[in-house]
Amino acid sequence: MKLVIAIVQPEKLTDVKQALSEAKVGKMTVSNVIGCGAQGGYTETYRGAVEEVNLLDKVRFEIAVNDDFVKPAVEAIIKGARTGKIGDGKIFVLPMEECIRVRTGETGGDAIG
Amino acid sequence: MKKLGSVFLILIGFLLIAVMPASAEEAAGQVAATAAAASVTQAPAVTAEAFEALKNSMQVSIDTVWVLFAAVLVFFMNLGFGMVESGLCRAKNTVNILAKNFIVFAIASASFWIIGWGLMFGNGNLFMGLEGLFFVSGADNSPAMGDAYAGAYAAISWTGVPLWAKFLFQLVFAATAATIVSGVVAERIKFLSFIVFSFILVAVLYPITGHWIWGGGFLANLGMWDFAGSTVVHSVGGWAALAGALLLGARIGKYRPDGSVRPIYGHNMSMVMLGGLVLWFGWFGFNPGSTMGVGDGSAIAHIAVTTSIAAAMAILSSTATSWFLQKKPDFTMIVNGALAGLVAITAPCAFVGVGSAAVIGLIAGVLVVFSILFFDKLRIDDPVGALSVHLVNGIWGTLAVGLFAVDNITGAATGNGLFFGGGFTLLGAQAIGVAAVGAFTFTASLIIWYLIKLALGMRVSREEELVGLDLGEHGAKAYPDFQGFLTK
Repeated sequence: MKLVIAIVQPEKLTDVKQALSEAKVGKMTVSNVIGCGAQGGYTETYRGAVEEVNLLDKVRFEIAVNDDFVKPAVEAIIKGARTGKIGDGKIFVLPMEECIRVRTGETGGDAIG
Repeated sequence: MKKLGSVFLILIGFLLIAVMPASAEEAAGQVAATAAAASVTQAPAVTAEAFEALKNSMQVSIDTVWVLFAAVLVFFMNLGFGMVESGLCRAKNTVNILAKNFIVFAIASASFWIIGWGLMFGNGNLFMGLEGLFFVSGADNSPAMGDAYAGAYAAISWTGVPLWAKFLFQLVFAATAATIVSGVVAERIKFLSFIVFSFILVAVLYPITGHWIWGGGFLANLGMWDFAGSTVVHSVGGWAALAGALLLGARIGKYRPDGSVRPIYGHNMSMVMLGGLVLWFGWFGFNPGSTMGVGDGSAIAHIAVTTSIAAAMAILSSTATSWFLQKKPDFTMIVNGALAGLVAITAPCAFVGVGSAAVIGLIAGVLVVFSILFFDKLRIDDPVGALSVHLVNGIWGTLAVGLFAVDNITGAATGNGLFFGGGFTLLGAQAIGVAAVGAFTFTASLIIWYLIKLALGMRVSREEELVGLDLGEHGAKAYPDFQGFLTK
């Protein structure tokens, strides 16, 4: 069991969702996050004053998968999020100790389903 | 500081008290002088003449105040449109929609002043105005009316107010037509392309069809009646917007791969509420104000009531329809119901009785709900429902004149409508008007939108649309501290 965490551009959310669904990965948690990386900040102007916004809007996926779904999930995220430009994001794959489904009490791979 | 302020206030108070008796005495003195003068030259004929002159000048004053008051009510509708449209769209496009709705009045002011007014009301042929075309510069002896009028804008000499009162009132109407387009093309159109189109719409398209009906053109001669602009304003805006929406295409994510409609929720229903009521409020200027004169007061009172009753009845019927079709009463349908009723009663408000207004409103409320679902099915994406409100109900309201009109109900010799024994004459004229204005505005808009598409591009990039036009077009967010997902 692995936990796949991906940080991608906000405008790629729909594309990543679509690609994951095509790869039969249908369960995910998505949140709004801000952060910074290799991509410089974009410029926001307000009343003529220019501000370099260094923490950028990103979207974060958390997806728990069984081992045989790690590769399809990662490939789907790349397919959905990649433009080739700096700022496309990162994917982290973490080992996951346990997974429990609240409703049934199932554990492990069955709980991921 | 506080102490200084209160001393200052007290000083002003003293000053006022000191000045008041003086001015009162002065006034009393003047009255006495006038009375003395009158008693010297007392002759019955002169008094009657003087009385007539005074009455006429009072009439002009009162009418001018009324027209300007109505004009600012209609001006306020810009806020209504801005709030309804931004509320019904997503947070990520709010700045863009607000900017569009704000600048549209500026664009309309420029273009209607430069040429729009002249094309619409200038003396000319049956198709367009030709005299006094630019900058409202034609000869004019307003507030002289009717036969006493001599000038370039005879078509609007039926009202006895100064030229600039007429201009301001017509300007706020022209701006309304342009704001209608804004909602339909929202969330995907380039800011610059919208500006260019709005300029051409108010400079050329709106005045030409306006001339046909309000400027002494061929539809007016045909006996078509549109009191406050169901066709002249609302369906013209609707046709122009429809052409734009067709060339733009639907927003990304509006339709699922299987073709079914995916709802894209508006982000702020409080704004929709605010905008809906501001529009209704403004309509009390739009319709009763189109009398452009107070008269004995009965016409404006009649029109205020037909206007409001139609809106109220349309709310009831749109709520019921939405409840029945969608299982729950959809708030956006309730608000759009009010707007539909208002648009529908705009043409007939001065020509029909209050009972007829209620029926017109009831039908408008049903129409708007079915029409919104219908446009969705046709894959014509209208984020705020403006096509259903302004185009569909603009047509319905114009035709309703032909059905429900009662001759001379507020002093206009429309002849009776079909349901009041007038036969098909009036209805036929109304239908020809709807068709002619629709054909011209839709075709011309399609061409202009297409040229804009070639020259400037019409639609923002896919990435910009997904991340929102606020960041893409304006480099700013509407709610930087609160904003949730930019895309979903």
